[in-house]
Amino acid sequence: MLTIRNLHARVAGREILRGIDLSIRFGEVHAIMGPNGSGKSTLARVLAGHPEYEVTAGEVTFEGEDLLAMDPETRARIGVFMAFQYPVEIPGVNNAYFLKAALNTVRKHRGEEELDAMEFMTLVRDRMKQLDMDEDFLNRPVNDGFSGGEKKRNEIFQMAVLEPKLAVLDETDSGLDIDALRVVASGVNAMRNADRSFLVVTHYQRLLNYIVPDVVHVLSDGRIVRSGDKALALELEDKGYGWLEQAVGSPVRELR
Amino acid sequence: MSTPTETVEQLASRDYKYGFYTDIEHEMAPRGLSEEIVRLISAKKQEPEWLLEWRLHAYRTWLTMKEPTWGNVTYGPIDYQNIIYYAAPKKRPVLQSLDEVDPEIRRTFEKLGIPLDEQKLFSGVAVDAVFDSVSVATTFKEKLAELGIIFCSFSEAVRQHPELVRKYLGTVVPYSDNFFATLNSAVFSDGSFAYIPKGVRCPMELSTYFRINARETGQFERTLIVAEEGSYVSYLEGCTAPMRDENQLHAAVVELVALDNATIKYSTVQNWYPGDKDGKGGIYNFVTKRGKCAGVNSKITWTQVETGSAITWKYPGCILQGDNSIGEFYSVATTNNRQQADTGTKMIHLGKNTKSTIVSKGISAGHGQNTYRGLVRIAKGAVGAHNYSQCDSLLIGDKCGAHTFPYLEIRNSTARVEHEASTSKIGEDQIFYSRQRGLSTEDAVNMIVSGFCKDVFRQLPMEFAVEAQKLLSISLEGSVG
Ligand SMILES: Nc1ncnc2c1ncn2[C@@H]1O[C@H](COP(=O)(O)OP(=O)(O)OP(=O)(O)O)[C@@H](O)[C@H]1O
Ligand SMILES: [Mg+2]
Repeated sequence: MLTIRNLHARVAGREILRGIDLSIRFGEVHAIMGPNGSGKSTLARVLAGHPEYEVTAGEVTFEGEDLLAMDPETRARIGVFMAFQYPVEIPGVNNAYFLKAALNTVRKHRGEEELDAMEFMTLVRDRMKQLDMDEDFLNRPVNDGFSGGEKKRNEIFQMAVLEPKLAVLDETDSGLDIDALRVVASGVNAMRNADRSFLVVTHYQRLLNYIVPDVVHVLSDGRIVRSGDKALALELEDKGYGWLEQAVGSPVRELR
Repeated sequence: MSTPTETVEQLASRDYKYGFYTDIEHEMAPRGLSEEIVRLISAKKQEPEWLLEWRLHAYRTWLTMKEPTWGNVTYGPIDYQNIIYYAAPKKRPVLQSLDEVDPEIRRTFEKLGIPLDEQKLFSGVAVDAVFDSVSVATTFKEKLAELGIIFCSFSEAVRQHPELVRKYLGTVVPYSDNFFATLNSAVFSDGSFAYIPKGVRCPMELSTYFRINARETGQFERTLIVAEEGSYVSYLEGCTAPMRDENQLHAAVVELVALDNATIKYSTVQNWYPGDKDGKGGIYNFVTKRGKCAGVNSKITWTQVETGSAITWKYPGCILQGDNSIGEFYSVATTNNRQQADTGTKMIHLGKNTKSTIVSKGISAGHGQNTYRGLVRIAKGAVGAHNYSQCDSLLIGDKCGAHTFPYLEIRNSTARVEHEASTSKIGEDQIFYSRQRGLSTEDAVNMIVSGFCKDVFRQLPMEFAVEAQKLLSISLEGSVG
């Protein structure tokens, strides 16, 4: 469903992604690991269409369409979701109101009826229960005053309501306590199906015990330096990233 | 791909849809200001001698005054001799009924969404329509009269109820008050008058709709509302003007008087032409509005949504004279492109246990400059007075500015005064986050802005809250970043 070819991207005048190739088929879960600063969040943001990130070469197709030609909201509406590594606070805007507006624009784009307040609440209550969330969250401003873990959980909650086709989860596990990690992982697993794919960015093999990936990639200095099955994550846990850099014969910190 | 900042700017430069001009014949006074002009205006309106005298006092006082320069706004010199102080649509016999309103004018108001047709109006809203210097129609007059409520144009009030006008005119804003109020006192043309008798709760919103149409004229309207003991009234004013390259002066005065246990709610949705995106043209909105809570337990609430005008200079205030009286000020002021606003309130606590609340929300976009200026004065005798002020600024983009000048003068040690202030910015990250969830930039900005303003919008009558919300999103269109 998603094909990335030779993707190069820069931000603030610096090239961060330096030739990424990656294909995700319907129903697959891919994990991306890699050292700090290697470009994992950059990849996620480029897929989501963040205006600060400039694609300098390569292409990305999503269900056969040129994803890079679309503005961020169109990407969201056709089913690309990104859970932010650092979810943004929007003081003054009610969480439920925000999510309802988002859901209805997505539904409209899909040619579905907009949900009224009652229908929306029914859906939302169900998802909140699944994620073991307090209904208080609905009436608070978006992410405003949320703890780090609450923000992450809110991202997954939004995903569960919006039901995207491709979900890019950027370090959603960081900052979650052990119980929350389980709840969030089971929320993700409940959404796994033959038509929905996930790209999961994480530093911890532990998450992959819960959300078992089909493929694990290692990103280093803007390139995928190794791909493998879930065993690769275990190996990384063991050995760190150093051995991979030597294996591909290019130092991680190669000069641009 | 456009950046959020560009999008915000496009939003900001969106068209002013009330900018059309109605081609009708005007009867105009000669250009300039002199004693003869003051006499001419008074004569046109067939005013009694005392009112002419009052105007002339004001005029002579004005000659000795200097235009204030303390406002945090900049504009070129105003040539007061190059303004036309009186313009009225021609062909204007005294109207016996609404059906006689000139069809051109009727169409103008219809285009503005104000049908002068009682059946078509929002039910429950009586409208006084002021076109340049004169009131052209007032709806629901008879119905209100049954309750003893007087709602008519100011000129008509002078003719029909001179004793009431004489008793209250200038008692809240004296003719010597300030440069613009004094100018208004000399040359005021028309405006609305409302009188709510003792114990009556006005069953509908009273509203005045001001329209500047003629070229090179100033609008100097005067509004007076008197709420007798135990009465209640909610009043709303709206305003628009055609798009013009030259600046036009609007210097109004509004006086409110609330007697014992009376309540007046005064709401403004101000949408004068703001000028183009480079700051050419637009209305100078230099207005004096003040209410006196003369009686015990009386209450005056000012709510304003200021989206238009090139320059706004106004401080609707309350004199809290009666014991236990309450003054409130809720304001949303937006400045976009080259607009400037210096606005706020004055709360003067004189009586015991008087209370005031100030909620000011300033939104700046483009190159807009937004200043909150507020005075809270607690007099010696104001035992147990309490003020709460909250001033929040929201910035869109990085070329605009927000400024806050709170002044406190406290002469009684039992007073409690609380002040909170904040400045926030619509960040690109907030916009991107919203877009990633499927919302357009515009929707995201509107959502953030209306969240920011909701404490003020809550104060507006329902229909107008919706209008105000729309107006706000229009005036900020093109402004994200
Ligand atoms: N907006 C930006 N402006 C300047 N530099 C940026 C920006 N975004 C990313 N970078 C730089 O790009 C590089 C890759 O950053 P990115 O956030 O993609 O790393 P990451 O792999 O997600 O790291 P982490 O594991 O710490 O989250 C870093 O050196 C970072 O400083
Ligand atoms: Mg990251």
